[in-house]
Amino acid sequence: MSSEIRYISHPHPVTGVTNSKLGVWCFLASEIMLFGGLFSALVMLRGGSTNWPHGFEVLNVPLATLNTMVLITSSVTMVLSWASLVRKDLGKYRLYMAVTVLLGLAFLVIKSFEYGYKFEHHIYPSKSTFYAIYFTMTGLHGLHVIGGIIVNAYFLLPGSKLWHKDPEQFTGRIEAAGLYWHFVDLVWIFLFPILYLL
Amino acid sequence: MSGHTEAEIKKHVRTYIAVFAALAALTVITVAISYLHLSFGPALALALAVASVKAGLVALFFMHLITEKKAILWLLGFTVFFFIVLLTIPPLFHH
Repeated sequence: MSSEIRYISHPHPVTGVTNSKLGVWCFLASEIMLFGGLFSALVMLRGGSTNWPHGFEVLNVPLATLNTMVLITSSVTMVLSWASLVRKDLGKYRLYMAVTVLLGLAFLVIKSFEYGYKFEHHIYPSKSTFYAIYFTMTGLHGLHVIGGIIVNAYFLLPGSKLWHKDPEQFTGRIEAAGLYWHFVDLVWIFLFPILYLL
Repeated sequence: MSGHTEAEIKKHVRTYIAVFAALAALTVITVAISYLHLSFGPALALALAVASVKAGLVALFFMHLITEKKAILWLLGFTVFFFIVLLTIPPLFHH
């Protein structure tokens, strides 16, 4: 089957987008509902609780603020890596993608300091309803960060061979990987104030 | 997103940097608001307002929704509708 039939390099005439991009958006739609279920659970648990702690009193706001900045920065380097491919500059793409991967790892390291501090003080998900939903939501988000790092690292190294064969398709893949990475940033944009600042 | 001219891409990159600066500033603002220790209602409203502006900036510019095709926008419209349905379930059963 040629790539023309599968519409992975060029937009499908009906949807106006590549099938790859439509596929990623369908996946992100399911992700919105996955996290939506957990946000819904959070509203339900918090609404039914009589002594819900203030996030800023029990969690580390400075570390989480730093992590928010790290994730925002990684989002901009991700989109700059895509823009570099549109400008046909593979070197710049590699640079921005490498920074994106490193920032993703930095997020995980900072998050593990936060988790480690909690575990040292014997605070586990079983400690309270607050910590149960805190660990569930930040843990699931952390798994998404790990997934994104794996995909981005693949496209940084072995996956970039496709650039020489089909630059259009490769640029589309980086745009799709970027959509996922920005979504992970977007989830954190809501998690941060709701869990840490209220 | 093919067929961009060099000038268009330069403009895009400037936009991305501006959005990045706005996101960083809004992060500082939302943390600063939390130090005011407002009562829960106003604190929640402000936190969600700032987060929504940040999310909007990411979705519109980094995820290119501002220039995206209708098929994607329809798909997302349906998703957002059902997301809101999900979030209205807890208040419905709370009273």
